[in-house]
Amino acid sequence: MATFKDFRNSIKPNWCPGCGDFSVQAAIQRAAANVGLEPDNLAVVSGIGCSGRISGYIKSYGFHGIHGRSLPIAQGVKMANRDLTVIASGGDGDGFAIGMGHTVHAIRRNIDITYIVMDNQIYGLTKGQTSPRSDVGFKTKSTPEGSVESAIGVMELALTAGATFVAQSFSTDLKELTSIIEAGINHKGFSLINVFSPCVTYNKVNTYDWFKEHLVSLGTIEDYDSSNRMMAMQTLMENKGLVKGIIYQDKVKPSYQDLAHGYSKEALAKVDLNLPEEKFNQLMSEFM
Amino acid sequence: MIDQLSWKVGGQQGEGIDSTGEIFAMALNRQGYYLYSYRHFSSRIKGGHTNNKIRVSTSETRSISDDLDILIAFDQETIDVNVHELRDGGVVIGDSKFNPTVPEDLNVRLYAVPFTEIASELGTSLMKNMVAIGATSAVLGLPVESYLEVVEEIFARKGAKVVEKNMEAIQKGADRFNELSGGQIDGFQLNKADGKKRMFMIGNDAIALGFVAGGVRFMSAYPITPASEIMEYLIKKLPEFGGTVIQTEDEIAACTMAIGANYAGVRTITSSAGPGLSLMMEALGLSGMTEVPLVVVDTQRGGPSTGLPTKQEQSDLMAMIYGTHGEIPKVVMAPSTVEEAFYDAVEALNIAEEYQIPVILLTDLQLSLGKQSVEPLDYSRVEIRRGKLDPKEELPDTDDKDGYFKRYEVTEDGISPRVIPGMKNGIHHVTGVEHDETGKPSEVAANRQKQMDKRLRKLQNLSFNVPVVKQAPHEEADILLVGFNSTRGVIEEAIPRLEADGLKVNHAHIRLIHPFPADEMRSMIDKAKNVIVVENNATGQLANILKMNVGQHEKIKNLLKYDGNPFLPSEVVMKCKELV
Repeated sequence: MATFKDFRNSIKPNWCPGCGDFSVQAAIQRAAANVGLEPDNLAVVSGIGCSGRISGYIKSYGFHGIHGRSLPIAQGVKMANRDLTVIASGGDGDGFAIGMGHTVHAIRRNIDITYIVMDNQIYGLTKGQTSPRSDVGFKTKSTPEGSVESAIGVMELALTAGATFVAQSFSTDLKELTSIIEAGINHKGFSLINVFSPCVTYNKVNTYDWFKEHLVSLGTIEDYDSSNRMMAMQTLMENKGLVKGIIYQDKVKPSYQDLAHGYSKEALAKVDLNLPEEKFNQLMSEFM
Repeated sequence: MIDQLSWKVGGQQGEGIDSTGEIFAMALNRQGYYLYSYRHFSSRIKGGHTNNKIRVSTSETRSISDDLDILIAFDQETIDVNVHELRDGGVVIGDSKFNPTVPEDLNVRLYAVPFTEIASELGTSLMKNMVAIGATSAVLGLPVESYLEVVEEIFARKGAKVVEKNMEAIQKGADRFNELSGGQIDGFQLNKADGKKRMFMIGNDAIALGFVAGGVRFMSAYPITPASEIMEYLIKKLPEFGGTVIQTEDEIAACTMAIGANYAGVRTITSSAGPGLSLMMEALGLSGMTEVPLVVVDTQRGGPSTGLPTKQEQSDLMAMIYGTHGEIPKVVMAPSTVEEAFYDAVEALNIAEEYQIPVILLTDLQLSLGKQSVEPLDYSRVEIRRGKLDPKEELPDTDDKDGYFKRYEVTEDGISPRVIPGMKNGIHHVTGVEHDETGKPSEVAANRQKQMDKRLRKLQNLSFNVPVVKQAPHEEADILLVGFNSTRGVIEEAIPRLEADGLKVNHAHIRLIHPFPADEMRSMIDKAKNVIVVENNATGQLANILKMNVGQHEKIKNLLKYDGNPFLPSEVVMKCKELV
């Protein structure tokens, strides 16, 4: 059985020292080992940005796509081979700006993949512009007088889009993050995990200390019930979205693959491609 | 007796114009006539003039005709818009409900048949199209029973009573016409057809069938005119083979999802038209850079922007050849008939996998939607070739220090071994960033050059069956006619007329648009005094590509049409004479 070390390669990440993404990388490697995966049964698909490089830093099949499109690529991989575990990942710009359309539709489509967003409320790789997760008033290179656009409440948005698994975590909390990723992988459907992963270079507001001060752990809320969508929404709104833990999970709803009419139980990539001649003749006769 | 005639039915969209044409054409197709139909429609569902022009012939035909023999009108607008197309002595049959009139200066015969009234008497005005079909049969002298089989199939689910009523409507339409005309009118009786069984299908049907036969098991696509039929067919058929179709949120998702699925080993396609292809351009570059096979169908329609979404045009050529930033190897194929569209769909899948590149299967609206008789297709020509894809479950250990597989190994032919996720020892990285042989990002100059050369080298040995369809009987021709996609029919029809006027005409129809078959075209051009490039666009894109690859600018002349309508044979004949 593989250990987390089997998911490592020798490539040194190009992230800044202290970047939150290191812990996310470690958590994915640990979670993959903990749920019993082998490196060749895992595909990590990523977008563009600092965090998008993660597919190259985990020893598994990796696909580093184009900006904002990790989700459609990842869904295509999963549809082609349902035996693979597929993790999509990227930053908040990738998933909630350029790729937001795909995020909402991946949520409602509910294909069985896990989407991990490394959310630092800023554009890092392009050297410090505002993100759709930046708070109003946040000063960046592109908003020198402070952002005037509202930040997107992605967890709330996921709930209204019909999400079946919504979780949030903080990159310093490796143990909790690992267990949430395990739960996401084990979830039968689309799981969205937003990870606050501070940018130590360009975001001097939403720092490690800031998150420690503001994040509320759902474990500390009495009688919190993650199967209760209403409670999930209310708790998010009461805490301005700054909660961590599994916010909502619907364990009943079948995944897209289980609902798709006629979709092969065997990995589609292994299905015979040849069409028997009788079948071909029948298809032709339908046009006669 | 005649060997071919043209029939048109028109009215408001949503009142059964399509089904009227469909039933008429299917019945005649079953008797062995060759049918060719072209719909004039607008981007709306109800209302607005629509018509379906159908050519019936005892021999193969791939073009709409210059004139019209019979016009069926469900409203006066249909007559006003189309009556001038009628030949001298042609017939108009209009619903008496709207008191049809024809211009006095035209020599056409008008018959007002109570389509709606007869249908209503039989129970529902919806059957007015069957009454019209009946009247048509009377003109053509076809027995009403010719329609029985088709009517039975269409209405079988609704019960024997409905079939009977519809047949009665056809009979009454024929009877009433005969009463009005006082018996058979001359000049409209078709010679008997050969009775052979042929398919009656649109180009999109053939492409979709080609994909099913060629092993496509997944499709991700976004609806658009005139491409949607491909998706609709696969939605119906793929579940029989374990496959499925996802209607995505946009064309960017359609294309990138298809890339993801191809990467993971399933033959996956997407289809769209110009606006969708514009959105896919970045993803095409990803396919080229990551060497993930991909087939995209572009059914050209009127551009730019939303343009003329339901009209014929061939103006995506440059975009398909050069589209995406940077430089990638890409193949652009352009079938010229429905049969070719089928075989090319299969071949596009093979080329994409063998060369690990994006392939654009280019059609145009006339080819994609024109419904016609098609000879049965040859199963033995369907072949699945997957190139260097290694189907093993487990591969030998690699010498890479991380155990990564050399997915982008620099090889002599530029094509690297390909494995799919799930294979043991096959782990590699895929990225749109420039990368080394294992797929790890690399900006090293020497590596960049090696990988770029490797990718671009792949098409040097491209083997493509019949890149140019040649009709070259003359060693010294007055004219070489050049076209691509659906203009083949109209060119083939124009040639005998030009030859009858003493001109020697050769024909080259280009099926492989990119990489351009320069050598083949050069030899054709050398044999001609004038080269006339027939294309449905305003800037002469194919002519420009020809000049770029072959030179001889002084010989190459444009024959363009970009008003949204396909060429008529007479237009090609007339303009050719003007140009030489």
